[in-house]
Amino acid sequence: MVKRTALYERHLALGGRMVEFAGWELPVQYTAGPKEEHLATRRAAGLFDIDHMGQVEISGEDALPFLDYVLTADIAKFAPGSANYGLLCYADGGIVDDVFIYTLPGRYLMVINAANRAKDVKWLQAHAVGAEVLVRDISSETYMLALQGPQAQAVLQPLCPADLGQLERHHALETSLLDTPALVGRTGYTGEDGFELYIHQENAPAVWDALLARGQPLGLLPVGLAARDSLRFEACMPLYGQEISAVRGPVGAGLGWAVAWDKGDFIGSDALLKERLEGARERLVGLRLLEHGVPRHGYRVLTGEAPCGEVTSGMYAPTLDGFYAMAYVVAEYAAIGTELAVEIRGKPLKAMVVKRPFYKLHENGR
Amino acid sequence: MAHRIDPSCRYSKSHEWIRVTDEFGYIGISDYAQQQLSDIVYVEVPEVGDSFTQSEVFGVIESVKAATDCYLPVAGEIVEVNQDLEDTPELVNKDPYGDGWLVRIAIEDLGELDTLMSPQAYETFVKRVQAEAEH
Repeated sequence: MVKRTALYERHLALGGRMVEFAGWELPVQYTAGPKEEHLATRRAAGLFDIDHMGQVEISGEDALPFLDYVLTADIAKFAPGSANYGLLCYADGGIVDDVFIYTLPGRYLMVINAANRAKDVKWLQAHAVGAEVLVRDISSETYMLALQGPQAQAVLQPLCPADLGQLERHHALETSLLDTPALVGRTGYTGEDGFELYIHQENAPAVWDALLARGQPLGLLPVGLAARDSLRFEACMPLYGQEISAVRGPVGAGLGWAVAWDKGDFIGSDALLKERLEGARERLVGLRLLEHGVPRHGYRVLTGEAPCGEVTSGMYAPTLDGFYAMAYVVAEYAAIGTELAVEIRGKPLKAMVVKRPFYKLHENGR
Repeated sequence: MAHRIDPSCRYSKSHEWIRVTDEFGYIGISDYAQQQLSDIVYVEVPEVGDSFTQSEVFGVIESVKAATDCYLPVAGEIVEVNQDLEDTPELVNKDPYGDGWLVRIAIEDLGELDTLMSPQAYETFVKRVQAEAEH
């Protein structure tokens, strides 16, 4: 049974084109279209219904050592009120999921991918057995919205009594929105400044309406899944199932920074340390096409005429006005400046390995 | 969503249109088709001089969603391609019956035009497609 979010009727009224995604019926785009939604988020602000994302609350006396064992990050170093990226790994070094962990008073909040929700919860609960840890899937009672872009703070501030100017990147605040309880994180999946909001489901329509009303005069648009993907793509944020997976681990994906190499034993540590020492056979790179054409997931990457890799995500990048891809290539072809080709419908199109991310705030002429 | 149908064209079931003058025809995709494809980011067109049979793939439209083949509504030889699409493929979204045309062909057999739909028939056809999509 496909689920609908509490904002379903609003999406329809805004011209949302509904598609199924991870068991949810969500707008892939609204009337303005993916490109305009993408550019509005970079230029002003974008509002996203991301209720499909999962949330797991982890509490209890052993919460810290438990998380320290299941996550690659060094939990003990997370400051109170911080929000940090982390990976859940299998013993062989493959990735169960990539997550965000909010360190809150008396509990941790883990934000997980919609498509991995059941798997993650099962994984966490299995490893919590015997410990003083409560792992609770609170996805259905937690509504998640994202508000992203340079105008995000101006749009959100009137709804919130706390001074959002004091809220630093990758930190969170338990406060209120429209006088109802809210957790506000200065986090996101777009490469922009912005917020992710955790509220009760019954308050979602009022908060959504207020943000739209405040934001639209400033250039805010509601943003669908297509632009959510192109925004994260330009910022080279990995998408589970594409850049990372059970067989694409952190070393090859360039996510070594998310692994606390010196923290001691954790799930996957032996395999990851070995891989780090030996080096990944294939590495994730950014490619810029030197000719016109759209590289897509699964297309082959060539050196000369020989295959040397595969595209994980590729598309037209609206902010950069060019065609880009992320791809795994054999490590010897991963150096920046290497000339390769992407095979598109049997035809090799020239491409060059370029720096990731493709788009970085305060660069790219901003 | 409302879509426009150009009364001066004939239409294929794969949503291409052709506007005929003498034995030549401009070819593009319908307003309904461009709406379905969403934002178009690249158009791959053939070379002038290439020949295709009726319903043969002559080009590919890449949208943010997918790559979609374009079928030639009637057999012919490509005499002109829309060069503007190289840098501004969004013309197909903005003006599908005008500046967003794809190719111009020399029609091989004018009789094949009779196999295409009139604007009225195409309107009925799209309504049926939409009704089926809702079920």
